[in-house]
Amino acid sequence: MSSFWSAWIIVLTLAFLVGIIWVLRWNMSNYTGIKEGELMDHEFDGIVEINNPLPRWWMILYWVTIVWGFAYLALYPGLGNFAGLLGWSSSNQDVRSIEESRAATEAHREAGLIVEYDRAMDAADERFGPIFEAYAQQPIEELAKDPEANEIGQRLFLQNCAQCHGSNAMGGKGFPNLTDDNWLYGGSADAIKTTLLQGRQGQMPSFKAQFDEQQITELATYVLSLSGRKVDPELAAAGKANFAVCSACHGQDGKGNQQLGAPNLTDNVWLYGASQAAIEETLMNGRNGVMPAWKDILGEDKVHVISAYVYGLSND
Amino acid sequence: MSKNIKHDFVEKRVGWLAIFATIAISIGGIVEITPLMFQKQTNEPVVGLEPYSALELEGRDIYIREGCNNCHSQMIRPFRSETERYGHYSLAGEHVWEHPFLWGSKRTGPDLARVGGRYSDEWHYVHLMDPRDVVPESNMPGFPWLAENKLDGELTAKKMEVFRGFGVPYTDEDIAGAKAAVVGKTEMEALIAYLQSLGTGLKQQAN
Repeated sequence: MSSFWSAWIIVLTLAFLVGIIWVLRWNMSNYTGIKEGELMDHEFDGIVEINNPLPRWWMILYWVTIVWGFAYLALYPGLGNFAGLLGWSSSNQDVRSIEESRAATEAHREAGLIVEYDRAMDAADERFGPIFEAYAQQPIEELAKDPEANEIGQRLFLQNCAQCHGSNAMGGKGFPNLTDDNWLYGGSADAIKTTLLQGRQGQMPSFKAQFDEQQITELATYVLSLSGRKVDPELAAAGKANFAVCSACHGQDGKGNQQLGAPNLTDNVWLYGASQAAIEETLMNGRNGVMPAWKDILGEDKVHVISAYVYGLSND
Repeated sequence: MSKNIKHDFVEKRVGWLAIFATIAISIGGIVEITPLMFQKQTNEPVVGLEPYSALELEGRDIYIREGCNNCHSQMIRPFRSETERYGHYSLAGEHVWEHPFLWGSKRTGPDLARVGGRYSDEWHYVHLMDPRDVVPESNMPGFPWLAENKLDGELTAKKMEVFRGFGVPYTDEDIAGAKAAVVGKTEMEALIAYLQSLGTGLKQQAN
């Protein structure tokens, strides 16, 4: 803050405080010329006023707030650039990036200043850091059996994952069920953790340009037949002729490819619906499955605990 | 009547009473608000802050029109309980190009200051159509008409010019291409684009 604005704040604040002291002092003395307890010489529709002093409790309270005000301004940042005798602040307010925020935290720590937010974070680190550190040492498969880690994992899951995957982790249309044994990108501990850390981008392209409506219907029929559904065999056979295009990702046998996140089409598990219409819609318009990356938002230690929770959902 | 009772003066002259009352209640603002208008802290953007694109700007207007800010704040306070959930606390430098800012003061729903990138576009679409499709516990209303209403982009360039007047660094190309960037897009697309931009100026890093 420039010294002009600093002075502006200091002068106005102190002048105001002095001003209210003056008003209070002025009203403490009887300047009316009328004795205390006697009638004032005005009257309004029969209502009169007695010249009473200010209530003592009220006056004391007023003095207390004034003293409080001065003490507060001395201890805490309030008067322009004066940081206060305690060296206290709520957070790093002048920073322009996360790096600057970190640097400011360090600088304040070295200078022995109290930043309330950093202090709360340090206290939490001290308390919870060792817990997460110990969990990070354990393999996910082991951690999944730890009831306490599971409780922490569940809390984190409800906070960050349930919006898409549901509070029971059973997903919904377009958002995978995490409690079954079907995995788009693999259900191993490593695969789950990679998914959480880095996110996933599932791309089913649109085939609107490539196939006409009849061909799309045929293809969808063939896809349905892969999981043993009863379909028109002629349509399915016609669809099979064009399935080569699909097999690039979903495989010759339609069993999918976890490297690409291409779903298995033979297991009768349908992320976007099991009807002929839903599959035709997928073929027409394509689908975009996006799992956000959580590494930067939650950090690796928390992701580790959530991974264990998710792993445990289908590996009891 | 004693001459000494000076407060008679304001008690009997309502014009002076109004003037003195205005001075008295202005002091707080003059001390606390006026200096902020000239501070680096409140006028300099954070590193990497981008002005809203034409589509995001239209989305922001839809956010305002639908009253999203009545239930969602955009202000993460510097408390651990908030930053654990939402990310780094909000910085003044993130909001320097907001006119008006949409910090809000009530959280019926969660804070949205850093919702950008947290969910997929698809999720936002499903959620805005009917929030209970993805969050059964939600009491947020659905906004299905957004998917039908199309933007015509007639006023987009003008809005950007007004914002440039406020100091938002839009280039002439930005403004020239504004209409083309939004015309034919649905309000839903605009709103999602806006939501996906929120809080992304400050690059997120876990603690």
